[in-house]
Amino acid sequence: MNEAHGRLVPASYDAVVIGAGLAGLTAALRLAEEGQRVAVLAKGVGATHLAPATIDVLGYDDGPVDSPARTLPEFADANPQHPYRRLSIDLIRASLDWFKACLSDHGYRGGLDQNLLVPTAVGVAKPTALVPETMAAADLRQGGRFIFVGFRGLKDFFPAYLADNLARTPLPGGAAVTTRVVELSPPLGVARDVSATGFARRFEQADFRESVLAELGRHLMPGEIVGFPAVLGLEGARKVWQELETRLGHSVFEVATLPPSVPGIRLYETMTGALRRRGARLVVGTTVAGAEGSGNRLEGVVAHTAGRPLTYRANSFVLATGGFASGGLQLDSSGEVREPVFDLPVAGLPGPEEPRFERGYFDEHAISRAGVAVDASSRPIDGEGTPVYENLHAVGATLSGAVPWREASGNGLSLASGYAAASAILEAS
Amino acid sequence: MLVRDSLDHCVKCTICESFCPYSQATPLFPGPKYVGPQAERFRRTGSSPDISVDYCSGCGICTQVCPHGVKIAEINSQARAQLWEERGIPLRNQLIARPSVVGRLGTPVAPLANWTLRNRVLRRLGERLLGIHRDAALPLFAGRTFQRWARKHVSPAAGRTIVYFHACGTNYYEPAVGQMTVEVLEHNGFHVVVPPQDCCGLPLQSNGNFPAARAYVQRLAANLAPYAREGCAIVSNSTSCGLMLKREAREILDVEDEDVAVVSESMYDLSEFLFLLHGRGELRTDFKPLELTVPYHAPCQQQGHGIGKPALDLLALIPGLRAIELDADCCGIAGTYGLKKEKYEISMTVGERLFSQLRESNGDVAACDSETCRWQIEHGSGMHAVHPVELLHRAYGLGAA
Repeated sequence: MNEAHGRLVPASYDAVVIGAGLAGLTAALRLAEEGQRVAVLAKGVGATHLAPATIDVLGYDDGPVDSPARTLPEFADANPQHPYRRLSIDLIRASLDWFKACLSDHGYRGGLDQNLLVPTAVGVAKPTALVPETMAAADLRQGGRFIFVGFRGLKDFFPAYLADNLARTPLPGGAAVTTRVVELSPPLGVARDVSATGFARRFEQADFRESVLAELGRHLMPGEIVGFPAVLGLEGARKVWQELETRLGHSVFEVATLPPSVPGIRLYETMTGALRRRGARLVVGTTVAGAEGSGNRLEGVVAHTAGRPLTYRANSFVLATGGFASGGLQLDSSGEVREPVFDLPVAGLPGPEEPRFERGYFDEHAISRAGVAVDASSRPIDGEGTPVYENLHAVGATLSGAVPWREASGNGLSLASGYAAASAILEAS
Repeated sequence: MLVRDSLDHCVKCTICESFCPYSQATPLFPGPKYVGPQAERFRRTGSSPDISVDYCSGCGICTQVCPHGVKIAEINSQARAQLWEERGIPLRNQLIARPSVVGRLGTPVAPLANWTLRNRVLRRLGERLLGIHRDAALPLFAGRTFQRWARKHVSPAAGRTIVYFHACGTNYYEPAVGQMTVEVLEHNGFHVVVPPQDCCGLPLQSNGNFPAARAYVQRLAANLAPYAREGCAIVSNSTSCGLMLKREAREILDVEDEDVAVVSESMYDLSEFLFLLHGRGELRTDFKPLELTVPYHAPCQQQGHGIGKPALDLLALIPGLRAIELDADCCGIAGTYGLKKEKYEISMTVGERLFSQLRESNGDVAACDSETCRWQIEHGSGMHAVHPVELLHRAYGLGAA
C-alpha cells in the first residue's frame, strides 16, 4: 500500500443518480425496482421539503388549465423547446400511475384528464393533477363552505390571509366558496414557538388530537369542509386524517404551509425508505464535482468526501441536480450560465442582444428557460444534437425550456423526466 | 474557506431544522438555523446571546442535509467555543473531554474504578458533584491497554505497511476491538504499525475548549505524519476521531499545520479502507458463514465522512449474514453530550427512534462503527452492539481475541 492508497476505487454500481429531489428519487427508485444496484449522491436534501407534494403537471397555459391531457399537445406545439415536447402523454400518464402505486400509502388522487383545484397557503386556487388523499377534500371546483383552522404557536400558517384571498378568488363555472377561520390553542408544553414538523409530531399523539377535537368540535357548523395546515402527522398522517374526519363528521383536508413542507417530508421518507429496502445507497452531504470517462462514455463521477475525492463507477448516470435555486445551474456575475458537474452545454439562453431579465420580479425572464437540452433518450446534447455522453441522462429542473413556477409544472416534469430517463436506461441495458 | 463564509449561502429553507433530532427532543434547543447562521449576527458584537447553542450535540446532520453547503454544525461548534470562552468551561466538561487522562487514571485501578462506576450510590454522588448523569452509559475500564498489547505484538512482515490509529476508546475500554482490527488487516496482507498516540482532541472541541483540542490534535498528527509522508495509509476504527483528523481539525479548529494536512490526506475509516480494497479485488473473502441478523446503525460522524455506508457493503460479503440498514439518524450520545446531567433525558429521547428500530429488528447483534454510540445502543436498547470489524474477524475464523 506504500505507493498507492490514492488509487483505491470503490466497487461499481449499475446506476449513479446525482441529486435527491423528486426527479432523482424517481429515476433511482424505478431503476432499483428493476433490480439495478443504485447509488444516489446528493449535496443535500432537495426541494421535496419545500414544495407541497402535489404533482402539478400543467397548471397554467394562457390561463388555468382544466385538463392537462387535452392541453398538453397544443402546449408542446407552441413550446417546441419544452421538455413536454419530448415526453408523450402516455409516458406522463405512466409516470403518474407508477407514482400513485409507489406511494400507495399516501392515497394520491387525481390524474391527467382533469386538474383538481386546491387552495395554496396564500389562498390561490391552484390547478394540480395529483394530491395526497389528505388534501383531496380541498377541491374547490364544486364550491362549498370552508373553515380554515389555525393554531396559536404555529408561525408558518396564516389562515385569515388564506381565507380572505380565497373568498375573493373567481372560480371556474362560478363555483361559490365561502370561508371563515377558527384559531385553536391546544397545549404545546413548554415550547414557545413550534414548527410545522413540531405540530406534525404532536398530531401523532392521541392526547394532542383529543384536545384539538374537543376544542374544534364546538366551532363547526353542519356541512362545513375543514382545512387544516398540513401538519396532520408524519408517518401516521393518513390515520390521523381519517380519525379527524370520522370523529368530526366533516370532510377534512390539509393545506400546504410555508417550509418545511410536512407532506414533502412524508414523500421523501417514503421514497428513500423504498430505496433503502431495495438495497440502494443514499449518500446525502457529498458534492459531485467531476467526471471520469473516455471518449463519449462516462465511467465514473468524482465526489467530495471529508478526506479525498471518491470515484463512483457505474454503467449509467442520471443528473438530477436541479436548476438555479439548488445550484444545478449557476449564473455568474458576467452573465455566463454553467452546469457545474459535467460542464454540459447550456441551451435555452437568450441571444447576446436580448435581455436576460425583465424589470418586474414576476415577469417572465428569458434566463429562466436556460438549462440542459436532451435527446429522446434523455441524454444531454450539444448544439448539433449529439449526446455528450452515451450513458448520461438529465432530468428535472436542470432541463432547458420550462418555466415551472409559471406553468405549475415542476413536480410533473420531475416525475415524468425521471421516469423517462429510467425507462431509457432500462431499455439500453 | 472559513466555515463562517458559508453562512451567506443560507436561504433559511429550514431543511436543517426539519432534520435536527435535538430540536425535536427539547425546546431548549431551538434548532440549528436559529442558533447558528441566524444568531451569528449577535455573536459578532462579541458576546453570545444565550446558552442555547450548548444544547446542539454537534451530530452534524444539519450540515449533511443542507442543500446550499452551509457548514451549520461547524458554525455552531465554533459558537459553542466562543460561549465557553466567555463563561469559563465547567469542571465536568474539562474532565469528560479528556478520555486519555481518565483512561490513564482508571486503567491501573480498573476493578475499583469499575466498581465505582457501577455503584448506584456513588453514581448519584457523581451526578450531584460532577453533573454526570447517574444512568448515563459510561464504559468500563478494560484494565489493560491496547497499546500494551500492541507493544508486545509482532506484526508479521508483509509487502504492504499500514498505520493503525486506534484512539482512546479502543485503548482503554475495548482493546479487543483493536486486536481484531490488527488481525483482520494482517489477514489481508498488511504489516500493521501502531505508533504511540494520545487523544485526538475531539471531545475537547465539542466541549468548547479549542486551544487544548488544537494542542492534542497537533501532537497526534506529529506522531502519524512521518508514516503519511512515506505514503502509508492510516486507518481508524473510531469513526469520529478519524473524522477529526480528516477534516474537523482543519475546518472547525482552523488548524493550519503541515502534519495535520498530510495526515488528513492519508486517513481512512476502517470500513471505508476495507471496502476500497475490495473494489480493487484485494480483500480476502474467505468468510465462513455467520447465520446472524445484524441491524446496522451508521453513526452521525460516520455519515459526516461522506462515503456512504461501506460497513453495510462489507457485511453483505459474509455468507448467511443478514444486515438490516436502520434509518434512525442519531443515537443521542454524541460523544459526551448524553453523559451530562442536564442532557441525559434529551439524549435518550433522541435515541428512542433507533432503540425501537433495534428492538423491532429481531436482530442477534447490532453493528455500529462508533464506540460511544455502541455503548449508548446497549444502554438504550439492551441489544449487544459490535464494531463491524468484529463480525469480519469472526467470519474470517480468526478466533477469539
